[in-house]
Amino acid sequence: MRRRELSAPRPEPRVLELPVDDDPGACSVPRGGGWRPGARWARDGLPDRAEVARRVAAMPAHARPPMRELGRRSEAAEHPFRGGRDASSSERSGAAAPPVSPAIVTVPDAAPLVLVAKVGRQDKVVAVCGTAAALGLTVGMAATHARALVSDLDMRPAEPEADAGLLNRLALLAVRRWTPTVMVTPPDGLWLDLTGAVHLHGGEERFCHRLRALCRRAGYTARVALADTPGAAHALARYGADDVVVVPTGGTLAAVSPLPVASLRLDPDALGAARRFGFEAVADLLPVARGPLARRLGLAAVLRLDQALGAAAEPVTAVTDPAAPAAERRLLEPIGTAETIAQVMADLLGDLVAELRARGLGARSIVMTAERVDGGEQRVAVGTSRATRDAEHLMRLFRLRIERVDPGLGLERFAMVATLTEPLDATPLGAVLAGEVQVRDPARLVDVVAGRVGQRSVYRVAPVESHVPERVAVRTSSVAAPGSWPSWPRPVRLLARPEPLSRVVALLPDHPPRRFEWRGAMHAVVAGDGPERVHGEWWRRAGEVWASRDYWRVEVEAGGRYWLFRRGDGVRSDTGDLSWWLHGVFA
Amino acid sequence: MRPTPLQPPFLDRLRAVACPVPTDHRLSPFGIPALDGRLDGGLRSGALHEAAPATGSLADDAAATLFLAGVAAREAADSGAPVLWVSARTDLYAPGLAQAGLAAADVIYAEPRDDAAALAVAEDAVRDGTPCAVVLEASRVPMVATRRLQLAAADADLPVLLLRRRGRGGDPLGEPSAAWSRWRVSAVPSAPLPVAGVGRPRWTVELARRRGGEAFSLVLEGCDATGRLAVPAAAVRGTDAPAGAFRAAA
Repeated sequence: MRRRELSAPRPEPRVLELPVDDDPGACSVPRGGGWRPGARWARDGLPDRAEVARRVAAMPAHARPPMRELGRRSEAAEHPFRGGRDASSSERSGAAAPPVSPAIVTVPDAAPLVLVAKVGRQDKVVAVCGTAAALGLTVGMAATHARALVSDLDMRPAEPEADAGLLNRLALLAVRRWTPTVMVTPPDGLWLDLTGAVHLHGGEERFCHRLRALCRRAGYTARVALADTPGAAHALARYGADDVVVVPTGGTLAAVSPLPVASLRLDPDALGAARRFGFEAVADLLPVARGPLARRLGLAAVLRLDQALGAAAEPVTAVTDPAAPAAERRLLEPIGTAETIAQVMADLLGDLVAELRARGLGARSIVMTAERVDGGEQRVAVGTSRATRDAEHLMRLFRLRIERVDPGLGLERFAMVATLTEPLDATPLGAVLAGEVQVRDPARLVDVVAGRVGQRSVYRVAPVESHVPERVAVRTSSVAAPGSWPSWPRPVRLLARPEPLSRVVALLPDHPPRRFEWRGAMHAVVAGDGPERVHGEWWRRAGEVWASRDYWRVEVEAGGRYWLFRRGDGVRSDTGDLSWWLHGVFA
Repeated sequence: MRPTPLQPPFLDRLRAVACPVPTDHRLSPFGIPALDGRLDGGLRSGALHEAAPATGSLADDAAATLFLAGVAAREAADSGAPVLWVSARTDLYAPGLAQAGLAAADVIYAEPRDDAAALAVAEDAVRDGTPCAVVLEASRVPMVATRRLQLAAADADLPVLLLRRRGRGGDPLGEPSAAWSRWRVSAVPSAPLPVAGVGRPRWTVELARRRGGEAFSLVLEGCDATGRLAVPAAAVRGTDAPAGAFRAAA
């Protein structure tokens, strides 16, 4: 009664035409006997079972009659000991009802496993596996009860501290691998703030699958949900329909609405109240006015609802590696000018370098976080190509980044963490003792340049064992020490693509052209060196099996020296089509 | 009345006023008396030097590139530090540079997105002081940027070699610049060899402008494997091949 008064009015269940009426007064069986189940005269004119099932399926979920109303007397009764299904959920039948308890990832072919811990003075089941849940074991059941129900139950003590430690390690792994802002939500969850990091992992879908693959390799099952707000993602990961749920931007409301109220991280009192008042899904809470809702479920519940829908901010306490060297400064007055920020950076670097030196470490990447008075956070990071603890060098890298700090109304707290460190021992002072004042470290130069143009745009060029001119040089790490090339004459400028020559006059097969036209100008050749034959690399591409090029270095009348080649050796037609190309320019 | 002859100390003072370039800077000589003599001993190390191709042809561009690469290679050989090559172009061929004395281990390449970023990178690198020389390829370089580079180079005492590419505006050396010296390089026909083949490259190297010095033009032979130029030997009568004759090595 109370429920009908409080919740939104629902359509009354439609009266269903039953194939067999229960009312003995209206019994259609002809008197005088001869009745048997399924007799043709009894079936005629009435919808058959499939038709009824179809009509039932067409009804809205809340209006579907329970199976018993269909006249099936032999319906299996609910097991008296299989508890856990509360009254509200047993009223709703049908497959469309959302899960009421958090979803459990099922591992096939596993013995039923439950974890048992002392709750109060009683041993209770605190976690069940999928197989055990299918057998009717639920969380909160007494351990003795569970053992009585299932004989071959694998019962192990719960280790919450070990679980928390594992979750922390996983969070640190996520910090290093996925995104810098990760929060642990005990007992079994991680929040990853993917803002601005998704593209590094190939998009949202691929990120989710990579994350699950990582967990699977490590021996864990995982459910991933990606949504606009942490609250919504939290709910969808636990109560969502699939193991991977990616909610498009702006679709939070639609995704969260069908979930049960329990997905909102309410405390037990609020959950009990919600059940009493008939709030089952999140959608039931939405049309209710805030005042009455807060009075019935408590203010915390309203806040949780707002957080899930993005109406209220939810602070994230990011995991930091306690072992990472860090320094922090809290300022008496907020600051905002570049000079003062540089001063704080220098102070922080002084502290950080002292700690790095004490631990024998060098920093490869340092992140500085500056908190604004309005609660915003500014993050500045530098990376180095080699482990270093040279405060002056690091300061130079940070100074390049000062302009990216938006001080807003002022910055009041600074923290600097060396997120990636490598062992760095004392370095020999050979050059300095020999009298050289300036120590030249290419890694320092690389860091400075990479601070401007990005790590990828600073490189060295290393030789590759190949004869094909396009392949002899590859970009390598800017701190590597590459080897050298054989001393065949090579141009200083190599065109990205060889350019075709037209109107070439040449004597086949072993002579350079006498004249050629390139970029619209005619060139008369006065001297030539060659040919230098370059064979295709058949082990790379099928098209290069027979291909060959004959290279000539020619000098033209005006003084230019060019590198030409002819496709084919001039004798066999399958080595090339005898076309002429210009590939490079000598000085 | 006869004018009093100028006393040597007075002359020195006058010279200092007229020519404010300090003369006690480090020099990096070319090792060619004909060139070093006209440059008062060599290129100034801590300065900005510009080179541009004389025409828009790719051959002159390559000659100007190798001219600067030779200067950088000699600096690298002297100091043992790497050369930073800043260029937004991708057609530089490292094996070719290695044959001018800049081995793969001596060069660090930076590939900025545009000329403005290239100038910023070059200035950062010069102020860092780690490289022994910075080679910068750019087409549009404003006067202010060249002045900044020149001051930074003088502070760090390392050469900044600016390769001015030809944009649409014609001769890049026509624009104002604070560079200490500005060179115009073009490829000319090499000396005919007594045998078939292409001889050592030969360039016309023209000093278009130098602070406190005079312009001149020389025909030089291109870089050898250590980045050194050479003065062509005087042509011996009779060894010249007839003009227009074709020489080829098979």
